[in-house]
Order: sequence, then C-alpha cells, then structure tokens
Amino acid sequence: MGYDRKIHFVLLISRQGKVRLTKWYSPYTQKERTKIIRELSGTILTRAPKLCNFVEWRGFKVVYKRYASLYFCMCVDQDDNELEILEIIHHFVEILDRYFGSVCELDLIFNFHKAYFVLDEILIAGELQESSKKTVARLIAAQDSLVEVAKEQESSISNIIAQATK
Amino acid sequence: MIRAIRACKTAAEERAVVRKECASIRAAISENDQDYRHRNLAKLMFIHMLGYPTHFGQMECLKLIASPGFPEKRIGYLGLMLLLDERQEVLMLVTNSIKQDLNHTNQYIVGLALCALGNICSAEMARDLAPEVERLLQFRDPNIRKKAALCSIRIIKKVPDLAENFINPAAALLKEKHHGVLLTGVQLCTDMCKVSTEALEYFRLKCIDGLVKVLKDLANSPYAPEYDVSGIADPFLHIRLLRLLRVLGQGDAEASDTMNDILAQVATKTESNKNAGNAILYECVATIMSIEENGGLRVLAVNILGRFLSSRDNNIRYVALNMLMKAISLDSQAVQRHRATILECVKDSDASIRKRALELVYLLVNESNVKSLTKELVDYLEISDPEFKGDLTAKICSIVEKFSPEKIWYIDQMLKVLSEAGNNVKDEVWHALIVVITNASNLHGYTVRLLYKYVQAAGEQETLIRVAVWCIGEYGEMLVANAGVLDIEDPMTITEADAVDVVETAIKRHSLDLTTRAMCLIALLKLSSRFPSCSKRINDIILHHKGSFVLELQQRAIEFNSIIEKHEKIRSALVERMPVLDEATFSGRRAGSIPAAVSTSQGAAPKVPNGVFKPASAPLVDLLDLSSDDTPAPSSSGGDFLQDLLGVDLSPASSQGTNQAQKSGTDVLLDLLSIGTPPAQSSSSTLDMLSPSQGNKKPVDMLNDLASPSAPSAQVFSPAKKSPMMDLLDGFGPSPPAPVAETNGSTYPSVVAFESTSLKITFSFSKDPGNPQTTSIEAQFANKSPNIYSNFVFQSAVPKFLQLHLDPASSNTLPASGNGSITQKLRVSNSQHGKKSLVMRIRISYKVNEKDVLEEGQINNFPRGL
Repeated sequence: MGYDRKIHFVLLISRQGKVRLTKWYSPYTQKERTKIIRELSGTILTRAPKLCNFVEWRGFKVVYKRYASLYFCMCVDQDDNELEILEIIHHFVEILDRYFGSVCELDLIFNFHKAYFVLDEILIAGELQESSKKTVARLIAAQDSLVEVAKEQESSISNIIAQATK
Repeated sequence: MIRAIRACKTAAEERAVVRKECASIRAAISENDQDYRHRNLAKLMFIHMLGYPTHFGQMECLKLIASPGFPEKRIGYLGLMLLLDERQEVLMLVTNSIKQDLNHTNQYIVGLALCALGNICSAEMARDLAPEVERLLQFRDPNIRKKAALCSIRIIKKVPDLAENFINPAAALLKEKHHGVLLTGVQLCTDMCKVSTEALEYFRLKCIDGLVKVLKDLANSPYAPEYDVSGIADPFLHIRLLRLLRVLGQGDAEASDTMNDILAQVATKTESNKNAGNAILYECVATIMSIEENGGLRVLAVNILGRFLSSRDNNIRYVALNMLMKAISLDSQAVQRHRATILECVKDSDASIRKRALELVYLLVNESNVKSLTKELVDYLEISDPEFKGDLTAKICSIVEKFSPEKIWYIDQMLKVLSEAGNNVKDEVWHALIVVITNASNLHGYTVRLLYKYVQAAGEQETLIRVAVWCIGEYGEMLVANAGVLDIEDPMTITEADAVDVVETAIKRHSLDLTTRAMCLIALLKLSSRFPSCSKRINDIILHHKGSFVLELQQRAIEFNSIIEKHEKIRSALVERMPVLDEATFSGRRAGSIPAAVSTSQGAAPKVPNGVFKPASAPLVDLLDLSSDDTPAPSSSGGDFLQDLLGVDLSPASSQGTNQAQKSGTDVLLDLLSIGTPPAQSSSSTLDMLSPSQGNKKPVDMLNDLASPSAPSAQVFSPAKKSPMMDLLDGFGPSPPAPVAETNGSTYPSVVAFESTSLKITFSFSKDPGNPQTTSIEAQFANKSPNIYSNFVFQSAVPKFLQLHLDPASSNTLPASGNGSITQKLRVSNSQHGKKSLVMRIRISYKVNEKDVLEEGQINNFPRGL
C-alpha cells in the first residue's frame, strides 16, 4: 500500500487533445506537466471506445472516462480502487452538469474558473471531500452569491460615486 | 481573450495573442491596477493552462489574497493553487495571509484558505499552521470540519510527527453523522495509521466497534436520495470505511474478528450489476484478503473475483486480474482454477487487460504447468499485436529460463520465440541460449538442424539469425552429416553448400547490424575448415567484404582471407569449436554477482571423438610433443582451447572475432581474451613466429640469451620462492624428462613455479636456438596431498607482449602423495624478447573427494632472458 496514496492529478482533455482543466495534487514541474499531458493524451485518445477505462502509466494508473467530447482523467496509485475513481469522475461530471445546466465543453472553456471552484469543493489534497452532490451545489451557490453581492455593492458604490461627482 | 485564442488557427497566431495579452497584463501589474486585477489573473490562469510561463503573475495572487473582499480572495486562491506549488519560495509569503483567513469570521473565506492549504502547503507551512487546522476540526460548520480533515491529511503527510496531535480530534470525527465529515474523517484516520503506529493502536482499541456499526448502518440504510449512487447509499463512504477497517485489521486477529460479520454481509449483499456496487465489492475483497485469515471469507472473496473475471465488462475483468495477483500469494490453488480464463485475457484486444493478465500468468507458472502455459503463450506470440510482442517475449523467455524442465524443451521454446519475435529478444536472452546449447552436447546436431529450418522460414529475425549463424559455424558438420539425429526428427538432407547459403544470405541482408555480420564472417571462416569443398566459395564471400566501409568487417575479411589462403595448416586448429561455456559463471555474470572470473567447467566438456577434433595444431608442436599422441587428453577440449585461441596467437583476429561473438555472447571469455593481443601487434608477431629467419636477425639477443644461464646461481628467485633447488628434481617422477636439451641450444634451470600446501608445479625450459623468442616449457604437476585429484585442469594467461600455447596435458588425474605427476607442455613466445621477461598468471582447478578446488597464482620467477 502506497504511503502517499491519493489522486495525483486531474486532467480534462478534449478529443482534439486540448487541455481544458488541470489540477495537480502532487508536485510536478511545469516541464513534467507538459510531458505528462502529451504522453497521456497520446495513449488515452487513441484507445478504442469499448476498452477498459484504465491505463497503466509509469507505475501509476490513469483512470479515464469520456463524456461527449471531453476525457476526464485521474491519476492514482497502482493499488487504488479504480472502480471508485470512475465513480468520483462521474460524481464530478454530475455536479458540473447540475451547476452549468447540462454542461458542455464550451462552458468549461469560458467559465474555466468555475469548473475549478467546483472541483475544489469535491477534492482537496487529492482526496474526496463530499459525497453529496446537493451539498456541493449549495456551497458553490452560496459562494457565487457572495460574489454577486460584492459586485452589486461595488457597482452601487461606483454609482453613488459617479452620481456624487456628476 | 479566450475567444481570441480560440479563433487562432495556428500555434504561431496563438503565441502572438498570448504574448500581447501577457504584455498588457504586465502593464496592468506595473500600474497596480486594482479593478482589473482579478480579471487579469483569470486570464493568466488560462494562459498558464495552455502551457505558457506565468511566473510574473505570482505576486498578483498574493495581493488578491491579501485584499479584503471574498471575490478577490476566491480568484486569488485559485491562482495560488494553479500557478504555484509547494516548492516555490514565494509560498512562504502567503503563510501569514492564510493564517489570517483561517481565523476569518466568514466561513467561506476559511474554506478557501483550507482548500489552498490542503492542496499546496509545504512542510514549513504545515508546521506553522497545524494548530489552526487542528482547531478547525471542531468548527461549528461541518463543511469546514471536512475541509480541515483533508487539510490535516496533507499536514501529517508532510510532517509525520505532527500526527499525534491529531489523534483525538480525528477519532472524534468518526462519530459524526454528516457524511462529508465522516468521509474525510475516516480518510484522515486511515492516513494517520500509515504514518503513526500510535494512531493505529489507538484507533484499533477505541474506534473499531464504532466503525463496524457505522458501516452496518450504512449498508442497511434505506434509500437516501442525497447520497444514492445507482441504488447504493454513499459508495464512497462504504469504500473508505472498508479501507480503514483493512488497515486496522491487518496483522491483528482480534480486530479482524470484529469485522468478519460485516465484511461477509457487504460481500454477499452488495448489488453487483452497477459499477458503484462493484467498486464496493472490490474494496471489500481487498480488505478480506489483507486482514487476518478467515477461511470462509477468503473463499467468498475468491468467488467474487471469479465472478468478476467472467464479467463482460472490461473494467471489472481488469480489476479482477489485478486483485488475483494479490490473491495468488494467499491461495494459489484457487487462482490456478481460473487459469484458462486468465490465459484468454492475455489474448484480449485491450492492452491494459493483456498486460495485467500476462503479469498474472507469469505468477501462475510452476513446474507442473510450465509446458502447457508456455505453449499457449508461444502460440499466441504468432498473432499478437506488434507492440505487445516485446512484453510477451520477455515474459516467455523469463518463464522458460526459470522453469525449463529439460534442455531440449528449453531450446525448442527459445527457438520458437526467436523465430516469432527474434527482434524483441534481449541480448542476454540469446546469450543464455547459446550457453545452454553449448552445454547440451547431445543436442548440437538437433539444434543446428532446427535452426536451419527456422532460418529458412523466418529470416528477418535478427537474434534468430545470430544464434543460427553461430551454431552453423560451430556445428556445421553436424548439420550436414545428420549427426546425433533424435527420434523425433524428420530426416533431412542438407548439403554443405546449403549451410553456406544460409550464412551467405544472412551476411548479404542489409538490414542486419554489424554484430550479426561479423558473426557471419566468423561462421564462414569456421565453415571453410569444416567444409573443404566450399572453401573457395567461402573465400570469395569473405573477399567481398574486403572493401567494406565498416572497419571491423574489413579487418576481419582481410585477416580471414589470409588465414584461408596462406595458413592452411593451422586453420583447422584455429577454428576449432568453442569450448563449452560455463553456465554457472554465465548466470553469475548476468546477476552481476561474480567478478571477472574465468573458469571453464571441465566436467561438462563434450566427449570429443578421439582424434577427430584433437588440435591438429602446428606441426612444430608435434615435433616436441612426446606424450600427447598417446593420450588425447580429454582436457584438450575445454579450457585449453581457450589458451590455444589466445596463445597460439595465430589468429588474433579469430580470437578477437570470437571474442566479439562471445562477448556479445557471454562475457565469460572476456577476461581471458582481454589479455589477448590486440590485432595489430599480434599479427606482426604471427609473422615473427612463422618466419624463422626473424630470429636470426637478432644475434645480440641470442647472445644475451645464451649468456644469462651461464650464471646459474643468479637464477633470479623471486623473493616469494621458498623451496630450494633440490626440491625441483624430486618432482620428476615416472615420466622421463623430455629430451629438450638436445634440440636446444641452451639450458635454463628449472623453477618451482607454484607451490601451495596441496600442489607443486615445476617448470623446466628449453629453447630452439633458431627462434630465441619462443620458449618451450614443460610443466610438471605434483600432488602433495594424500588424495587423488581428478578433473585436473591447468590454465594460464599471459600479458599482451607474450603469446602462449598449451598442449594437452598428459592426464587429468593426479595421483596422491607425489606418486606420479602430470606433465603439460607450454610454448611462450615473447615479442619483447630481451626487454621484458616472462610472466604468467595461472589457475588450477581439480576435484578432491568430489569437491571442486581452485588455486590461482602468478609466476614471476622465470629465469631471465626467456
């Protein structure tokens, strides 16, 4: 059993090989990251659809699943529970789906920061933090509304200033 | 901006856009633009994701984090986690901001700080902020508690000695009802057990019953939409609980006993038609197999795996194979039952499954099933994917080497592999094969014929060609003469020309590399002596390479050509068969455990038909040789031949060539051969030896030679030499001293070359006046012990300026207590005659009472002037 067992990184890659989201829970240099992405998109994108969702890679396992045009990949240790990781990926996708309202690749491109916010409510330190989709959705919504309130305040303040200086 | 980047058609355009954006962001940074800071950082993150450098934005993150508003902090922390990692110094600057945020009144800001800390904290930060995190484990809001729990995992992984502070708060988390907290709390406890035995003991003692109850409640819980995943309540929590139980149960029978019931329940009641259920079953099986023995549960677990294995879902089959690898150490019988299914998986279309299955098959092999399993694998090799062949070949070779029940089977399988996937076979594998072949003397003919057949069919496999060419070179005559035909063979007629054809085809293939072609040349040289009828043709082929641009080939071609044309008489001696290669030495070499040691196992030497392969070496030797005709000593086949190759000098190229073949081959010879002469030098000395007139041109030296023995008292005893002169003559037993003096112009005193408690070696010398460089030595071996020595072999090696020839010894059995002796003739020619004196390293091996003995030594006490 690995001493530092966890999800080492999360990758979202489009079918064309474009990176849509990366989150690293283990330290890799920028160079290593680029190399990893290149290697993995090479192996994963070329696999036929009916094959199993696991790829062995440098002593680790990459569990991937394709949703529409996006591949969700998570890298775990050799002896981690691959089937569970598949469930975690699905969990993530369902939450994204709920949040964006049937999520598509473009949502993740233009609102990539929101995708990260969602991920941060699901995983910390490469570990799952919440198994309830409802809770995650509630927490994200609460934080989004905090941002909205702040924006409104800001604009109202700037309106007041604008009016005062008119 | 994102739109602009997406609109880019080429990488260059994209770079231009990114450069422009970066420039404007830099400008904004330097103007300290407050309003757009978070927007700029967001852009930077996008740019970062595309793989461009963004280090200049790092300080912006810190500024955003330090600003009071939630939106700024939110984007700031996100930037921090994306743009930085734990190894950057900048991170230290943020410690204080995080500390403040951990104490913030807004729980979402606390959450942000915890999340960032959990994802990127360094060891220093872990130490600084551990107390805050520990306190937050008791925070009123469960969502903060769960974040704090995961953050604690990071902290104890970074600084394991902080773990004990977390034991109590972590244990408290296990009593929670909130799934998020429970989930993370269980995870925290699991990780703590790994870094702290204290924690492990504590949890074992206090928490195990509670955990079992939690799992029981969870497994029996009614439908709960919030946590439901395809009909199962919170599989994630299930799995984490099972994992913690596994850690607690491992190595503790009592703890294991407590959890048996619930494990049995989970294993039997969990629905297995959806992935979530299977994930739980899989985890449960892992737990059952890790905790202390409970026969019933194990059967249950193996049955689940069997069910998994026959599933049609590739993922399930994959994890089954994975888990069976672990099961094999517990219950190999149970796994063996699934052998057929596993073997099918090796042939799956999915590379991941194939790889797992192959690993598993490898573990399944044992003496009783090796034949059938190997057959399956070898058959599959034929049709497997090209990219899978490498792995498969390596595993087959390893299986064959490890479990081979008999040599003929080993050779059969290896040749099949070579002909199917020879290009994937590693060097050491075919080297090992050659070692095995040389040792299987009764299979030489069979092997070479089989190789001949395979090469006809699969001529593009490089290693197959190498082995074939080598064997044809060595055992060519057996190929043609159908020697040693086994019952299982079909009779075949191969002419000498056919055999040469094979090598010729091989050498003409352009795809082959240098080593193979060099081996071909050697094989040709050997065949030229074995098949006199083809000699002319072979010479033509060799000549063809005289113009080769590859130096190695050119040199060989030229040297071999001259051997064939000019040195007919010695050729057959030169190209004699390679001695049997010692398997033990080779495998030791391979394992890297034996330092450069040379030994040839005399015992395994093939029985050479009398006379046929006896070194028909230079007639000169025969003249002096008194004994060898009557006793074609068996020892002449083995180790001595090595010396011949080296020492006789005649063909530096040949010795070098064989070296190449063998070095690539075995390394076993390397040692001896490395002492051998470099081609240039020895070809010149070849000439020296072959032209007697050379000696006459050095009258001065001659005089020297004659002069030195005239002072016998100055016999140059090396300080190490202890025995007095008198002893020397004692050793002269039954065998009459050779009449060397007559043929010699001069006499030299005999010396005790080597003496140990068990053995004495005496050298007496003689010289041909016409050839002062060459010294004939008669070595006499005497046994000082009361036991008979059998398999007695004397070997020696000399430095580069010397060349050595050993004649066969008079016997290989040395009678006890000096009642008889063995004599052996050596000839040394000294290319530095007059400048350097003789020196020799020797090694003697023999058997006493069925025990192998090895003695070694160096002889420095040769009379001067030899």
